[in-house]
Amino acid sequence: MGFVLKARLMEEDDIKRALRRIAHEILERNRGAEGLVLVGIRTRGVPLAERIASHIKSIEGVEVPLGSLDITLYRDDIHRLEQPVVRETSLPGSLEGKKVVMVDDVLYTGRSVRAAMDALMDFGRPARIQLAVLVDRGHRELPIRADYVGKNIPTSREEIVRVCLRETDGEDAVYLGTEREEKG
Amino acid sequence: MQGKREKRDLLDVDQLELGEVESLLESAEAFEEVLRRPIKKVPALRGKTVVNLFYEPSTRTRFSFELAAKSLSADVLNFSASASSVEKGESLKDTGFTVQAMGADAVVIRHPVAGAPYLLAEWLDIPVINAGDGMHAHPTQALLDVYVMRKRLGKLEGRRVTFVGDILHSRVARSGIKVCTMLGMKVAVAAPPTFLPAWLPHGVEVFQRLDDALEDSHVIYLLRIQRERQQQGYLPSLEEYVSSFQMNEERLRKARPDVLVMHPGPMNRGVEITPGVAESPQSVVDYQVTCGVAVRMAVLFLLLRGAGGA
Repeated sequence: MGFVLKARLMEEDDIKRALRRIAHEILERNRGAEGLVLVGIRTRGVPLAERIASHIKSIEGVEVPLGSLDITLYRDDIHRLEQPVVRETSLPGSLEGKKVVMVDDVLYTGRSVRAAMDALMDFGRPARIQLAVLVDRGHRELPIRADYVGKNIPTSREEIVRVCLRETDGEDAVYLGTEREEKG
Repeated sequence: MQGKREKRDLLDVDQLELGEVESLLESAEAFEEVLRRPIKKVPALRGKTVVNLFYEPSTRTRFSFELAAKSLSADVLNFSASASSVEKGESLKDTGFTVQAMGADAVVIRHPVAGAPYLLAEWLDIPVINAGDGMHAHPTQALLDVYVMRKRLGKLEGRRVTFVGDILHSRVARSGIKVCTMLGMKVAVAAPPTFLPAWLPHGVEVFQRLDDALEDSHVIYLLRIQRERQQQGYLPSLEEYVSSFQMNEERLRKARPDVLVMHPGPMNRGVEITPGVAESPQSVVDYQVTCGVAVRMAVLFLLLRGAGGA
């Protein structure tokens, strides 16, 4: 799949500020870090969750338990994927009664989030599940919304939002592009 | 079928490329985690049906495939030769077509005749998985064995595995030697000359006594000795086999302290292995069984994921 760059939408500093704000909002909404668990959706939700956790640490002085979730086995488009390697899911113990914040890079159709919630439910019954995303690009196909959003980016379906993170891609940036050159 | 991924079978390990073996082993780690959860089930193969066609008695392999399929939310039908229309003379081909016509999405076959799964795979449009054919191949056993080795040894490249005993009649050894070689392990066998096969690949070291192989082996892989081999003239006596090849406490002391003792089961305690060794910390026989389910989940997921989707 090609990627033709149209715009650079977030810089390293923008991402940092957005995540710090999300950390504050999470603490505010949940009245502290008591009972919180941050769960990153693989791949890029995992480093994002780690960064939010370290912001929470510097704000509140509390280490929030972290987990990572691979949703491959719960996806509704499993038959369309080319030989996926299923990665390990690791959660810090049972989620029974916890306030779970799922973290992902981009919220689009909502299907990954649906799959992630199904997966989470297999690890106990959380008191509540919330969703934090770096980018909300619209075009939901399911009744799902994010509780914490780094940046709302209106897009067309033909466009691609690419989130790059130091841990996975060597740099921090969010790009907007298309699969191929647009005509006209 | 047009526009769909070509159907794939798993008949032996040499059908897989090295990269595929590695990604299967990697996926199996995720499936092992699924099996440790409070709810040991994921919806990945919901709505699929897997048929176990067993023309040879086997409880552990059948249970293992059954658990693997069920943990992926597939439905499982079990067909065993003695309890079915095989007794009425239904041919393998007819049985295969019947199962396919009923809407099965994959067939797992165990058959006493080498090559039977290959025939079935040619006839049917659905994936066929070889769960052991005659003295030929047992790919899922070989994959689970290298999975266990990798989990316990870390890197496999350059590590030595010694298969001990009845290499000649063993599909486990045959597939095992292939996949261990593929992964860059040094492979050796320790066996009486009558148990040495003609197919032994170049580069496989041969030991006439287990004692000579002990010191350098990271894995001692024991094979089941069938008692009837003595009547068939392969062994002068079981006692003689035991004295040169049984893995006992004394030999365990001579081996590397971190050696892995493996066995595909069922064990003949007192013949190829002593009860003490079977229960020693070096023995990973139970862990092999656990990992068997995870590795078979990875195989089923790989072959079935693409089939019949919307």
